[in-house]
Amino acid sequence: MALPGQNAPDRAVDPSDPVPDRIHARPVPRPGRWISAVVLLVLAAMAVHGLVTNEKFRWDVVWLYLRDVNVVRGVGWTLLLTFGSMVIAIVLAVGLAVMRRSDNPVMKSVSWTYIWFFRGTPIYTQLVFWGLLAVLYPRLSLGVPFGPEFFEFRTQDVITAFWAALFGLALNEAAYLAEIVRAGLGSVDPGQSEAARALGMKDRKILTRIVLPQAMRVIVPPTGNETISMLKTTSLVLAVPFTLDLTYATNAIGNRTFLPIPLLMVAAFWYLLITSILMVGQYYIERYYGRGFGDQSAGPRRRRGGPGGKRRGRPSKQDLIAASGTTKDDPFLEVTP
Amino acid sequence: MSATTDTEPMVQVEGLHKMFGDLHVLKGVDLEVPRGSVCVVLGPSGSGKSTLLRCVNELEEITGGRIRVDGELMGYREVTKNGRTVLHRLHPKVVARQRARIGMVFQRFNLFPHMTALENVMEAPVQVLGTPKAQARTRAAELLERVGLADRAGHYPAQLSGGQQQRVAIARALAMDPELMLFDEPTSALDPELVGEVLSVMRDLARSGMTMMVVTHEIGFAREVADAVVFMDEGVIVEEGPPEQVLGDPQHERTKSFLAHVL
Repeated sequence: MALPGQNAPDRAVDPSDPVPDRIHARPVPRPGRWISAVVLLVLAAMAVHGLVTNEKFRWDVVWLYLRDVNVVRGVGWTLLLTFGSMVIAIVLAVGLAVMRRSDNPVMKSVSWTYIWFFRGTPIYTQLVFWGLLAVLYPRLSLGVPFGPEFFEFRTQDVITAFWAALFGLALNEAAYLAEIVRAGLGSVDPGQSEAARALGMKDRKILTRIVLPQAMRVIVPPTGNETISMLKTTSLVLAVPFTLDLTYATNAIGNRTFLPIPLLMVAAFWYLLITSILMVGQYYIERYYGRGFGDQSAGPRRRRGGPGGKRRGRPSKQDLIAASGTTKDDPFLEVTP
Repeated sequence: MSATTDTEPMVQVEGLHKMFGDLHVLKGVDLEVPRGSVCVVLGPSGSGKSTLLRCVNELEEITGGRIRVDGELMGYREVTKNGRTVLHRLHPKVVARQRARIGMVFQRFNLFPHMTALENVMEAPVQVLGTPKAQARTRAAELLERVGLADRAGHYPAQLSGGQQQRVAIARALAMDPELMLFDEPTSALDPELVGEVLSVMRDLARSGMTMMVVTHEIGFAREVADAVVFMDEGVIVEEGPPEQVLGDPQHERTKSFLAHVL
């Protein structure tokens, strides 16, 4: 046993250290972590081995069709359907959410019924239905119900497979997004609209300037999730039938060449790539709407920084505490073997 | 707006009743606040003092009575037809215009968290009055300086202390050039050491001649700054008068016991 003053003779005492006799303790041994990590690595290696060595995957074919013109065109249509339907759905959803919060009972129940119907029936059924619209109503006209008609057109001329697919996806998605927006609007402290009202702001301004920007913080993460989900839901537009999207294009090639597996890999690769890009975009949007909340915008705001602008200033005290890593805020830390 | 004279009170409350469902919160309140004076409203919690303030700027719809600010009836239009007076509710746009002339400071600040201190102060002049942004920015900077926060203009509310947030909230209300300022327990949510900085800004504001209605528990502030002190209990005004009278020589038992508790 070392005498006091003689302990840790190997430790170089830093005279500039404000903490005399700083603790350099050995961590608790955690052999379980090593064992579980090794087991997982072995399993992962087995999976990679299975992917690479199985010739039936035909990675040469995958590589060839990854850049096939029909596949790339399919990617384009899939992106167009995804973003087009999300934009329409977001606009509809904000409208539905505002209607749902309105004092007008007609508005409220129309919104409720819309959400009830479009959430309550499968997207596949809805897409088939929109595809059959031309059979159901061969001619569409605009006019007063039971009264005069102003103009008329043939349904199949206007509602082509693409528009049926786009609106089919959008109308369905709007119902889900409306609930997300409603939750977001509800998450904003009522004191916020009260303060805005006391300043003489009108309801519309209060919604667009005060409530919605704060609700975005709650709305964006699930909406990003919905966008990623929509990317893959577009593979159902075959039901309309719309036949140019990524899934249909790769399936068609796969069936023609009798190589379905490599073409599935092609589709999977593209979906994964787009999802990864969407995740990056979501990160920046979340950071933008998180300004003024939490540690994202620590320090005073510099200039008007856009979503991509570097806005990190002086780190807050809380950031420094977190960065030092001496505070265990991970609830799983203690139970990890 | 009706013709106003200097002798007319800024705020005139007549027979004000407010019910929340079956709950009778204000039971006939009559009150006058002269121009340029400071009226401090005291009372136990639940006495209706905050509700009174919120009725003055129409954040609550009143159940009975009349409120006039600067001679103008708030929230309603009186129409006399065949000798009968009928009240018509004002269009929300008109109500918003009436509110814009009254500044309000809340107990929990209610600053807009997604905007910097400067943007908080600029928001209403730009969005409500249509002030050009550059002009609003200059004015907002002046107001932040007036409340001693010139160096905090670029900070978000979450980066400010409670006292600083409340001072930004005061600057935000002043940016609309109000003729009346309402303070709803402005220091009740603050750490004791931060109360002083907010009261000092309010004191300066009172000295500058602003008409103020202040709901507070700060008896010292009432004694020093108030022109009139109103003591409310159970929805009615129990006692009112100059601070030395109401605080120094209260006549009613209820006032006496309340002051004994808070002093």
